[in-house]
Amino acid sequence: MSIPALLERNAKQFGDAPAYREKEFGIWQTWTWAEAEKEIEALALGLINLGVKEGDFVAIIGRNRPYLYWSMVAAQSVGAVPVPLYQDAVAEEMAYVLGHCGARFVIVGDQEQVDKVIEIQDQLHQFEHMIYLDPRGLRKYDHSHLHQFSHVQDQGRAARDEFLPELKKRREKLGYDDQCVMLYTSGTTGKPKGVVLSNRNVIETAKSSSEFDRLRREDDILAYLPMAWVGDFIFSVGQAYWTGFCVNCPESEGTMMTDLREIGPTYYFAPPRVFETQLTNVMIRMEDAGRFKKWLFDTFMAHARKVGPSILDGKPVSGMDRFKYWLGNIFVYGPLKNTLGFSRVRVGYTAGEAIGPEIFDFYRSLGINLKQLYGQTEATVFITAQPDGEVRSDTVGVPSPNVELKIAENGEVFYRSPGVFVEYYKNPESTADTKDPEGWVATGDAGFIEPDTGHLRIIDRAKDVGQMADGSLFAPKYVENKLKFFPNILEAVLFGNGRDECVAFINIDLTAVGNWAERNNIAYSSYQELAGHPQVMATIQSHVEEVNRSVAEDEMLSGCQVHRFVVLHKELDADDGELTRTRKVRRRIIEEKYADIIAALYDGSKEVSTRTEVTYEDGRKGYISATLEIRDAAVSSVPAKMAAE
Amino acid sequence: MLDQTEGYTTADGRKIGGVVMEMKNITLRFGGVVAIKDISFDIREGEIRAIIGPNGAGKSSMLNVISGFYNPQEGEVWYRGSKRPPMKPYQVAQQGIARTFQNIALFEGMTVLDNVMTGRLTKMDANVFRQAIWKGRAEKEEVENREKAERVIDFLEIQHIRKTPVSRLPYGLKKRVELARALVSEPSLLLLDEPMAGMNVEEKEDMSRFILDVNDEFGTTIALIEHDMGVVMDLSDRVVVMDYGKKIGDGTPDEVRNNQDVIDAYLGVAHD
Repeated sequence: MSIPALLERNAKQFGDAPAYREKEFGIWQTWTWAEAEKEIEALALGLINLGVKEGDFVAIIGRNRPYLYWSMVAAQSVGAVPVPLYQDAVAEEMAYVLGHCGARFVIVGDQEQVDKVIEIQDQLHQFEHMIYLDPRGLRKYDHSHLHQFSHVQDQGRAARDEFLPELKKRREKLGYDDQCVMLYTSGTTGKPKGVVLSNRNVIETAKSSSEFDRLRREDDILAYLPMAWVGDFIFSVGQAYWTGFCVNCPESEGTMMTDLREIGPTYYFAPPRVFETQLTNVMIRMEDAGRFKKWLFDTFMAHARKVGPSILDGKPVSGMDRFKYWLGNIFVYGPLKNTLGFSRVRVGYTAGEAIGPEIFDFYRSLGINLKQLYGQTEATVFITAQPDGEVRSDTVGVPSPNVELKIAENGEVFYRSPGVFVEYYKNPESTADTKDPEGWVATGDAGFIEPDTGHLRIIDRAKDVGQMADGSLFAPKYVENKLKFFPNILEAVLFGNGRDECVAFINIDLTAVGNWAERNNIAYSSYQELAGHPQVMATIQSHVEEVNRSVAEDEMLSGCQVHRFVVLHKELDADDGELTRTRKVRRRIIEEKYADIIAALYDGSKEVSTRTEVTYEDGRKGYISATLEIRDAAVSSVPAKMAAE
Repeated sequence: MLDQTEGYTTADGRKIGGVVMEMKNITLRFGGVVAIKDISFDIREGEIRAIIGPNGAGKSSMLNVISGFYNPQEGEVWYRGSKRPPMKPYQVAQQGIARTFQNIALFEGMTVLDNVMTGRLTKMDANVFRQAIWKGRAEKEEVENREKAERVIDFLEIQHIRKTPVSRLPYGLKKRVELARALVSEPSLLLLDEPMAGMNVEEKEDMSRFILDVNDEFGTTIALIEHDMGVVMDLSDRVVVMDYGKKIGDGTPDEVRNNQDVIDAYLGVAHD
């Protein structure tokens, strides 16, 4: 079995059902499964015509569009392996991946990607042909190795008689253990690694996870997360082909929210950041609302917080409360869900980072079945997930179907499942390090299983967990997450491994803090100026101290309280290498880059002058200088609880 | 009399055709003020033609002569092989000439889409009664026009503000909406009055790319006024330089850059 085989099945069994939608020229265009099969076939024939061989890697770079999903399946049909890349990666990052897999063919979205590949093509010895979707601006380019997508399809259609037997032969040869896709991990440390997933990995996982959440053919998803990310591949290809639901692609990046509202997906995935932003926007708009509306919102939201999650979980709730919730649904929850595009969500997931309990509860109290899952590329996403009715903000759920879990002595989580990856491409050492001969895979995360519920709780990255000078546990992510739950704080980085006390970098959230500044008539001309404003500093300080109080309550981690902090003069950015493309903090790089600030945090100085290199979107570099104020934060006495007892 | 013959090939290999518009000895006066004094130049098919000059040089007046808003006291305007009589601006628009304005002239209360649709007005045949009844030809026209508008919206990447009232948009985007409205009438000659004025570097880069793409994709002939020299030199095929209402240079960007009169006008020398 393979993805192309599933396509054939879908086209035969429910060929008239919608498979893909994309908004173009302001109208949603639809392709049925039967139409999608024809398009994919034409492209596959065109690829054979261009000389794609079995076992070739075909790189795919662009935003989520049906054509690029077809490219993946067309590549598989001819026996090649699709390698989706992050479209916002800069040219050098692409050079590494394209060189590593030795892609002969690259399929891209538009001129921007074409330019990037042309820029690096001298480093790519195996690169031969590039196919692009949008011809705009490319008329004058040398077309000896450059082909327009629709022309490739036309040539494929024209040569149908000639190549169809070859295509059929190749398609039939595809086995369950053949390569399905190769996905490069974002790489919090070192170079990205190419994770090879087989048809078995993808289809088995898609099957069991679809059954777990009872996904149906009538479901709709919005495909807006990077195509290079394993989640998108499983949702928009694996599960979509297994269950036959419809994949909807937004018109452009900027219209994502409008498109979400128009489609109203029934199955929805977003990282915590998206939910946070949406909630922040709602709250900001409510601040501007009239007094009556605000009263209505506050009253019913308070009620929703009280009973909403219980109603969602099917727990007993009094008739009066149900009636009030029903009223609230008419006046507040229903319209609000509609505005957010969540009216039809049956299953919603968030993963990748911890989500703030308030944010999580907000959506659940509205009646949106938002759950958490825990996974990684090497597992074909699913390691654990929360079943309906057992949803909490502080766990990541129970093992997914067919997944076994074990916790090593040092606290690291291991798993074994049919989804476990085949290998890291051209990297047997890393493969051996990660996957033992019995098939157990190290997640690199430290966690524990709650004895009474069987739910997994993740503490931090295993390698980030360290020890303070006095021997107590140092778990930076735990504290950073608590800080980030404040809407004013976008990002936080905690330092203190091997030291006496912890210090932190903080990034303010420009949307939330900017809105607050506007409301309070505080003028500012730049991010930097706002970040250094005394009132902003005071607010952040109160947040830090609140976090300290809550951290102090946890005996194990009370040593991680923040003693001193600084609000950074620039946002941590993936273009500067400070975050991964999936926005995870790269600690080592930040530690090196801002060594002067860290030193100042520990030597007791009141301020520090610094100069930082920044990379602009087009790759040019510049410098910003700043003098940053360093603040001390009050620390709660460590054994506060014990003393009280 | 009009040179319809051979064109030329640009540095990047584009073929430029014959003369589309020719200005012959144009003189424009406002009372005693001479805004334009005896200027002649031509605009050829498919080229990007810039008119530059210091403040008060008469650039906008020149553009207004081309667009038919001003009628010069002396001289002739030849358009596609025939001499153009004094015209109303809407008649000029019907000839396939569209323009944008230095001080944005959009309908502030209307959405981006509605603003862009107004660019199709000259192409609508159905009268007001048919439009009111809506069925039949009016509906068909509307659908066609909407499709044209959507293609331009897609081309200029303003889908995300399609339904946003123009008054809520930042300046740079308004400029783009204005370009969209001009483009949607499918002009054969597009006049841009300071398309980059008041923009930051990034917005200028975007706008430059759009102008080049419009020229490349639709083969539209473009005449633009701009005083940002860097932008002009990168964008245009040929440049007319004006100073104090007179033409002081005309040629490719390189020729113009090395022209002593132009250097003097920009760096400033004592006028006697």
